[in-house]
Amino acid sequence: MKILEAKNITKYFHDPITIQVLKEVSFSIEQGEFVSIIGKSGCGKSTLLYILSTMDTDYEGELYIDNVLMRQKKEADLALVRNEKIGFVFQFHYLLNEFSVLRNVMLPGIKLGKYSEKEIEHRAMEKLKILGIDGEALKKPNQLSGGQKQRVAIARALINDPLIIMADEPTGNLDKKNSEIVFTIFKELSEVYNQSLLIVTHDGEFAKATNRIIEMEDGKIIRM
Amino acid sequence: MNFKLIVSVSRALMFARWKQTLVAAIGVTFGITMFISLLSFMAGLNELLDNLIINRTPHIRLYNEVLPSENQPVDLSENYSGHYNFVHSVRPKKERPEIQNSFAVINSIRQDERVLGVAPKVTAQVFYNIGLVNLTGLINGIDIDAENRLFAFSEYVTSGNFMDLKNIPNSIILGKAGAEKMMVETGDMITVTNPRGDRVPLKVVGLFESGIQELDKVQSYASIKTCQKLLGESSGYITDLQIKLHDMTLAPAMAQEYSELYNTEAIDIQAANAQFDTGSSIRTLISYAVGITLLIVAGFGIYNILNMMIYEKMDSIAILKATGFSGKDVNRVFIFIALTIGIFGGLLGLMFGFGVSALIDQIPFDTAALPHIKTYPVSYNPKFYIIGGIFSLVTTYFAGYFPSQKASKIDPVIIIRGK
Repeated sequence: MKILEAKNITKYFHDPITIQVLKEVSFSIEQGEFVSIIGKSGCGKSTLLYILSTMDTDYEGELYIDNVLMRQKKEADLALVRNEKIGFVFQFHYLLNEFSVLRNVMLPGIKLGKYSEKEIEHRAMEKLKILGIDGEALKKPNQLSGGQKQRVAIARALINDPLIIMADEPTGNLDKKNSEIVFTIFKELSEVYNQSLLIVTHDGEFAKATNRIIEMEDGKIIRM
Repeated sequence: MNFKLIVSVSRALMFARWKQTLVAAIGVTFGITMFISLLSFMAGLNELLDNLIINRTPHIRLYNEVLPSENQPVDLSENYSGHYNFVHSVRPKKERPEIQNSFAVINSIRQDERVLGVAPKVTAQVFYNIGLVNLTGLINGIDIDAENRLFAFSEYVTSGNFMDLKNIPNSIILGKAGAEKMMVETGDMITVTNPRGDRVPLKVVGLFESGIQELDKVQSYASIKTCQKLLGESSGYITDLQIKLHDMTLAPAMAQEYSELYNTEAIDIQAANAQFDTGSSIRTLISYAVGITLLIVAGFGIYNILNMMIYEKMDSIAILKATGFSGKDVNRVFIFIALTIGIFGGLLGLMFGFGVSALIDQIPFDTAALPHIKTYPVSYNPKFYIIGGIFSLVTTYFAGYFPSQKASKIDPVIIIRGK
């Protein structure tokens, strides 16, 4: 079953001069796949990921998530798609320092409102336990190490049981040991929980261990 | 559920940078405080100046003026009915200055629903005798109760009890400047010469200060009865009727009406004090200009602070949007923050404004013109507080609305990529 399909995605940057960063990119992802996108810096892989995650709406072409076309959707509907179907992990953890770790994980869940707050809290604790950081639940994010923060971000991405988890260089800012921990977690999510994953990385070793590698160059897919 | 979530996110954002939130709230507080205290003070001064005239001046005054007859005998002659006539050096006819049938007129005016009250008055030209020297003077015979009720007579009596005028026969209240000139004090006797040449002793029961020195030297007050006795007139002898209305703006039309109805001269306050009317409207204009300026300055201050606050939270906006918060939610969060700051800052501002007003109200202010005023006047008009309160809410709302509207519209990736 296709959960994500991109058809002829094209994107231009207009500032300072018009450059075509994505040239008719088409591919699809099946349920349960663990896919990585690799390529050199500036090849457009992060740009593509932002479009696929619906955070960037300025593109041409068609994007289907869960067989629904994203093009005509309004901003609020896209927010709902991100909330419900996509878990996103940034290169920098991007947690809200104003909230505790637990609350950070809970927020997207409360926003979705599918479960009661009590239940969301329980689920959030479970996710933190899977990632081995349930002991830090009540700390503020700025009291954690970089690797721990990234694991909190992954827990947050998991809270609504998304269709797919997207990550932009999730290990780009971590040392080798923490990178391995994060990678192991992704692997476990894929194998144990059959979670679909789409990871952008320039770490070749990381990519090799995934089910499928999409390689990009100059805004085009050259291998998949 | 959504509202609860928005409140909790807003609260967290506010308390995380509570110093900044406090500065924003203080900005609002300061603006509203200044607005309230300055406007209260200016309005207080304005009301004081207005009352200076309005409290003492009847809205309509009915009197008889000595005038030449409008119809000369030649007009009645049939022989010259088709002719023009010119009569030179017309003299006024002999006429008593009293208002005809005064009791009936007073009663009929009192029946009028537009009228707040009527105070009859008798004026008598006299000489004050100081040894061999005679000073010209004018005694106003007044109905003490009505005069006090309508024109706050007691406020100008600085020594003695004004009610003694009513209770003690043959008593008089002199102007302070006049009394000094005559070297008399409360309790002394003076003698006055009436228009017929008789000397009458009067007891000084008090002194008044009107604020106009020249007036105080000449004028004095006695009861109507004393004045009528002085003139040797009957109790129906009234020279002036001072009328106060519920609505001052009706005065010109009603003066016209009464003039025709009672066959007397009538003058309204607007005609009698045209220069005051102009001054009053200009002062009102100035205070509005100052008020609006204050609000605009305060508004920009509030807008700037909130604007900055929201731009500093751009990262948080991006995170919220990436995890599924819509632009509308982001908008609501910041409007909630802005309104919270507006409500608390505004409330504090209203309280401080009241405090500063109360403080100004305590500052001593001595002026010869207004003996009953001891401190600076301040108006506690609730209108200012309502305007201030609404304004703080409206400005903080817009100060939160515009930047958050902008923030809510951009794709989160633009904020993220900008890092």
